[in-house]
Amino acid sequence: MPTVLVLGAGSDMAVAIARKFASEKYDIQLAGRHTAALQPQQQDLQVRYGINATTHAFDATDFNSHAAFYAALPAQPDITICVFGLLGDQEKAQQTWQEAAAIINTNYTGAVSILNVVAENYAAKKQGTIIGISSVAGERGRQSNYIYGSAKAGFTAYLSGLRNRLFRSGVHVMSVQPGFVNTRMTQHLTLPPLLTAQPEAVAQAVFSASKKRKNVLYVKWHWKYIMLIIKLIPEGIFKKLSL
Amino acid sequence: MQKRLANWGNYPAVASDESVFTQEEQLREYVVANSHMIARGNGRCYGDASLGKHSISMLKYDKMLAFDTTNGIIDLQAGVTLDQVLDIIVPRGWFLPVTPGTKYITIGGAVASDVHGKNHHVDGAFSGHIIDMDVLTASGNTICCSATQHPDLFWATCGGMGLTGVITRVKFSLKKISTAYINQTQLKAKNLDEVLRLFDEYKHYTYSMAWIDCLQKGDSFGRSILIVGEHATPEELNTEQKKAPLTLPAKRKLTLPFNLPSFALNTFTVKAFNWLYYGKNYKKVMHKVIPYEPFFYPLDAILHWNRGYGKAGFVQYQFVVSLEQKAGLIAILQRISDKGWGSFLAVLKVFGKQESLISFPMEGYTLALDFPIRKGLFEFLDELDEIVLQYGGRLYLSKDARMKQEIFWNSYPNAGKFADIVKQYNSDNRFESLQSERLLLTK
Repeated sequence: MPTVLVLGAGSDMAVAIARKFASEKYDIQLAGRHTAALQPQQQDLQVRYGINATTHAFDATDFNSHAAFYAALPAQPDITICVFGLLGDQEKAQQTWQEAAAIINTNYTGAVSILNVVAENYAAKKQGTIIGISSVAGERGRQSNYIYGSAKAGFTAYLSGLRNRLFRSGVHVMSVQPGFVNTRMTQHLTLPPLLTAQPEAVAQAVFSASKKRKNVLYVKWHWKYIMLIIKLIPEGIFKKLSL
Repeated sequence: MQKRLANWGNYPAVASDESVFTQEEQLREYVVANSHMIARGNGRCYGDASLGKHSISMLKYDKMLAFDTTNGIIDLQAGVTLDQVLDIIVPRGWFLPVTPGTKYITIGGAVASDVHGKNHHVDGAFSGHIIDMDVLTASGNTICCSATQHPDLFWATCGGMGLTGVITRVKFSLKKISTAYINQTQLKAKNLDEVLRLFDEYKHYTYSMAWIDCLQKGDSFGRSILIVGEHATPEELNTEQKKAPLTLPAKRKLTLPFNLPSFALNTFTVKAFNWLYYGKNYKKVMHKVIPYEPFFYPLDAILHWNRGYGKAGFVQYQFVVSLEQKAGLIAILQRISDKGWGSFLAVLKVFGKQESLISFPMEGYTLALDFPIRKGLFEFLDELDEIVLQYGGRLYLSKDARMKQEIFWNSYPNAGKFADIVKQYNSDNRFESLQSERLLLTK
C-alpha cells in the first residue's frame, strides 16, 4: 500500500489529513515530537480504516537529526506532507529573539531542512509528492503577524522553487495556502465563519488537489482573491493600514 | 473563547468560554487550573446539563483506541460519536448494546446520561455494558473505574451528568448482529389501555416503543402505534438486501437550514401530523424489514429538526412512573391532552428493572414529549412535576432545563448519596453546570 508521511502529526489539521488519506487506504507514518502523544491517533487510524500506522519521533527544530530520521523510516513514503507550524506570539517575538527564532526555525528553517532530505530522495527515485502547508499570512507582511508571515513567505518561496526544480524529475510539489482554519491554534481568536474552514474540509481539499496534481491550493476559494487584493494595495497605502 | 452555547432544545442559551482538547495532558492542566467547568459533547442533551461558565468541548478527543472484532469489545476516547462507532462496527457484524433515539451523541454523553433505548426492558441502560472507563477528576487524577473497581465513582458517573469529572475513555461490549436491518412490526392501538396491553403481549421483542398521540380524548385517549423489532436474520432479507447484509443503501440527508417561525408547529399542524402518521398505518398490524437507521434514528434523517420549534426553543419533558402507578401516567396524559400544548412527538416506553444510583430509568412507564417555549409553560410543567412526584416518579436530567430543586431531591431516592460521592471527587464543586447549580447539587 502507498504510504504518507505526516510531519507534525499531532495538530488538528494533521489529524484530519491523516484520516483522509487513511480512508483512501494509504498507510500512515505519524511524525511528531512526542510519540507517546501520537499513539491514540495511531490506534485510531488502524481501528477506523484498517491500514497500518506507525509513529516516529521528529523535532522540526533539531535540524541535525533530520537525515537520520528519514533514513530510519520503515518505508520510504510516497507522499510527504509538511504540516507542522508555530503561530507564536508576534509581540513577544518582536522583543525576544528566542520567540522569533522559534517561529522562524519551525516554519521555515525546519521545513527546509527536512524537505531537502526528502527532495533528494524523491529526485533520485524520480517519483514522489511533497505537500507543504504554508499560509496566506506569507503573502504580504502585516504588523499583526509578520514574523510568522515572513517565515511562511520563505516557505512558500521554497516550495515554489522546489516545484520548479523537481518538475523534470516527475516529482510533484504542492503548496497549500489555508486561510483561517478552526483548530486549537486558533481557538482563542474570533474568526469570520465564511472565511474559516474546518480541518476536515482542508484535508478533503488537500487530498483531491494532490490527486489532480495541483500546484497551489487555496482552501476556501475566497482567499485567492482576498490575497490578490491585499497584494495589489500600494505599499504607500498599505503601511498606513492596521492589519 | 466566549461563545453562545445552547443544547438541543435551544433553551437556555448562555455565553460560555469553550476550550477544546486533543490530549489528556492539555485537559489535565486545564482542569486543575479552573473551576465552574463542565464537559460537553455534541450538545444533544436538551436542557442545561452540559452548559456552564467554562465548557470543556470533548469533540476533538475522538480517537478509537481498540476494537476486538472477535469478542465485540470497543475502547474509545469519550468524544467519539455513536454515528462514527456505527460506521465502524456494523460492517463487522456488531451493534451498539444500547442506543438512544439519536446517533449524534458522544460516548461520554451516553455514559453521563446513562442512556436507554428501545431495548431497556431486555438489555437495561448503557451502564450495564461498560467494561471500564477513565474519569479525570477535580484533583487531576485519571481514575479507571468499573462496577468492581472504584464502584462508587463508577455508579456516580453513570447518569451523573459530568459532575464527578470528565469521562475520557470508555470500553464497552457490543451486540452481535448478522444484518444491518431490523425486522419491524407496527401495531395500531386505539387507546392507552390497548397499547399498554400490547406492550405486555410483545415484551419478548428486543426493541419496543410506542408513538402516542397526546391530543386525543374520550375513547381514543392515548391512541398509539406500537413499534417492535428484532435484528433481522439474513434469511429475512430481500434479494437486494442479501447482496450486502451488513451494508446500508446510500442515504440522503435533509436539513432544516434555519429556525421556522414558532407558529409552524401549532396545534393544527400537530393534529395534521398525528392524523397522517396514524392514518399511514392503514392496517392493524404491519411487518417490514427496514435498515437500522430509520428504525432507531427516524429524526436524525432531518439534521437540525430542533429548528422546527423556532428561535425560542423548546423543552422536552420525560418522566417515568412505576408499573403500579398507571394512574399517574393517565393523570399526566390527561393534563397534557386538556392543555393542548402537546408536541409533534410523544414517545411511550415500558422500562425494565434497573439498579442504579442516579440513572433515570426504573421499571415503569416513561413518556417523552416536546413543548415549545411559551408563556405559562413553566408553570404548567411545575404542575406536571407535582403529579409525577405524587406518583413516585422522576424526570430525566438529560432533558431537563427547568425542574425545581425540591422536585429533584424528593424524586431521586439516592440524591443524597450521589451528592456525597460527587463531593468526594469534585472538591470545591469545580465541575459545575447550570443544571447542578439550579438543582443545588454543587452547593
